[in-house]
Amino acid sequence: MAVTSATDATEAQSAPILPLAVRDLVLRFGDVTVLDGLSLDLGASGCTMVMGPNGSGKSLLLKLLHGLTQPTAGQILWGRHAAAEITARQALVFQKPVLLRRSVVDNIDFVLKARGKDRAQRDVLLDHVGLAHKADQPARLLSGGEAQRLALARALSTDPEVMFLDEPTASLDPASVLAIERIVNDARDRGVRIIFVTHDMGQARRMADDVVFLHGGRVAEHSPAPDFFPEPRCAAARDYLNGRIVV
Amino acid sequence: MALVLSGNADLLEIVALSLQVSLTATAIACLIGLPIGALVAIGRFPGRNAVLIVMNALMGLPPVVVGLLAYLHLSRSGPLGFLGLLYTPTAMIIAQTILIAPIVAALSRQVLEDLHAEYAEQFCSLCLTRFQTIQALLWDARYSLLTVGLAGFGRAVAEVGAVIIVGGNIDHLTRVMTTAIALETSKGDLALALALGIILLIIALGVNAAVQSVRMTAARQAYV
Amino acid sequence: MLARRLTATAAALIIGGAAWAQDQSIIVQSTTSTANSGLYDYLLPIFQGETGIQVNVVAVGTGQAIKNAENCDGDVLLVHAKPSEEKFVAAGFGTERTDLMYNDFVIVGPSADPAGVGGMNDVQGALAKIAGEGALFASRGDDSGTHKKEIALWNDSGVDPTAASGGWYRETGSGMGATLNAGIGMGAYVMTDRATWISFGNKQDYTIAVQGDEDMFNQYGVIPVNPAKCPSVNVDAAQTFAGWLVSDEGQDAIAAYKVADQQLFFPNAPEN
Repeated sequence: MAVTSATDATEAQSAPILPLAVRDLVLRFGDVTVLDGLSLDLGASGCTMVMGPNGSGKSLLLKLLHGLTQPTAGQILWGRHAAAEITARQALVFQKPVLLRRSVVDNIDFVLKARGKDRAQRDVLLDHVGLAHKADQPARLLSGGEAQRLALARALSTDPEVMFLDEPTASLDPASVLAIERIVNDARDRGVRIIFVTHDMGQARRMADDVVFLHGGRVAEHSPAPDFFPEPRCAAARDYLNGRIVV
Repeated sequence: MALVLSGNADLLEIVALSLQVSLTATAIACLIGLPIGALVAIGRFPGRNAVLIVMNALMGLPPVVVGLLAYLHLSRSGPLGFLGLLYTPTAMIIAQTILIAPIVAALSRQVLEDLHAEYAEQFCSLCLTRFQTIQALLWDARYSLLTVGLAGFGRAVAEVGAVIIVGGNIDHLTRVMTTAIALETSKGDLALALALGIILLIIALGVNAAVQSVRMTAARQAYV
Repeated sequence: MLARRLTATAAALIIGGAAWAQDQSIIVQSTTSTANSGLYDYLLPIFQGETGIQVNVVAVGTGQAIKNAENCDGDVLLVHAKPSEEKFVAAGFGTERTDLMYNDFVIVGPSADPAGVGGMNDVQGALAKIAGEGALFASRGDDSGTHKKEIALWNDSGVDPTAASGGWYRETGSGMGATLNAGIGMGAYVMTDRATWISFGNKQDYTIAVQGDEDMFNQYGVIPVNPAKCPSVNVDAAQTFAGWLVSDEGQDAIAAYKVADQQLFFPNAPEN
């Protein structure tokens, strides 16, 4: 990956990482092209909902932006930084939360300790996600919604500047979905940049400041939410919104 | 048989030494084997497959060969002879450690690799160092690793080939369950040999039951 | 006693076993027959009571015992293969070889006596007959004192049994007890020292078939390991032990050891 300017460690920890500029991103696995020259610009704040049909590369795009995967070609610039340099300043919440085989509170403590952060804030976090009463219970016995709230608390414990969410509410009950949306909204209001993959149209409408619609390995449309939902410009997004099968 | 059932002092001494030697060897083998298993589990380096093959092959080390190698090194005429360790419990611990460290390393490698497959992406996202990753894997796999340690202990406490060579089966000094069984068999006292064998079996059952109950408690908390 | 032993063992583990190398303990590289017969269990407490010296016995075949002693892994050698022992001393590994005691070898066999050698006292004749009948014979095959003696007797009888190895001649490659177990299991004749046989616990229907030939005499010798070759040797304690064994007192103790009312070893150290 090309890096336009040399950045030293101190700068990587302090220089602004927003806005985001993605240019001509290509991701191939053998003969399969997942992303085919994707370009995207994201502003410094708000909640971007990433939508698109299955297989359009939404999850892989998050991993590329988070620096977990290297692109075949193209450029990702967070401010002046390559994605892999600033992974630690971001957090990713997976669709299926990966929880350690420990108690709820130990899942948070683990991250705070690994990052050398003050453990005092864990109680505030657990309270914030509504898990204070389950602090000492085994994390892997939590319900789906509780587990995802713990994953969110853990992600927030790193004080991320950007938070990626990859369909975090898929297959959760409505109350859990709303609880998670509230937590994400709170984070956004405190200035965390949210990049959120979802298939849930209602969720997208509730949360979005802007919408990125992926199709054919590229950004088919990127519009502010008030423009996107009433009248998507691209045909694939229209079909998708109307519930037609999009390939 | 009456001797066995009455808890004769000599017998207790033999049982105690067996446990002491094999448990110590298991502990040391874990200290050596677990980090190696963890490094190989999370590492991607050239020659990794060769390392895996060697690790798995070493699991089948014949105890007699280990005993012989240990003897050649610990013998007064060997390179480590100046330590004066031959025919001591320490020598037996060394031999058993060599015997079971590869077992601990190879089995823990498998356990940790499976767990790492689950955790890897999350850990990358959290930017954990290699050391933090290994620490977390070892801790989260602790109940599975208990079984790995048990496999090592089982092999250590049951083997006779290595300890009889480096320990010498000296009465009141290096006589353990298995060498005592070999001795009684060679004396033709098959009943006593069998009785000792039954005690060994009971010990093995007891240790396994204890570990199993710990695992079940852990499983109820979804910690396994 | 047990607690003290455990504490001592724990201490040894901590300081790397050095505690066992203390002045007042020696290692005897011994043949299995003397150990399996229970002789040491009888002698050593008497000796330790008098001198305070702890004697640790490593019981292996004579061949391995000599090899171990040559590696300096023992302070005293107590075996029964005179030519090998003399070679050991001549090579400088031992200070001096002394006759200690004797017993004799016997050939034991199943009560059915397939070779018809029961009651014979001509060992060469009996061996030739066993070979002639092709009756099973289990040999130690482990380069031990007993094995060396057996080979010498076969040579005298003009039979090369190794030609039938795997046939009627079965080499177990094991100690005396293991070979007896194997031989009895397969119904084979076995040559054993009398002491091992008397104290052996798994005789089944076996009895002594051949005994009483002068050629079956089994001489044990004792040799302190030479400190010139092996500086690690606990020379004073080793000399004390060897000296005690051949003293009147040690010889009397050997003569007094009995199993099933039978004397197992006959002291014959030269008069001091």
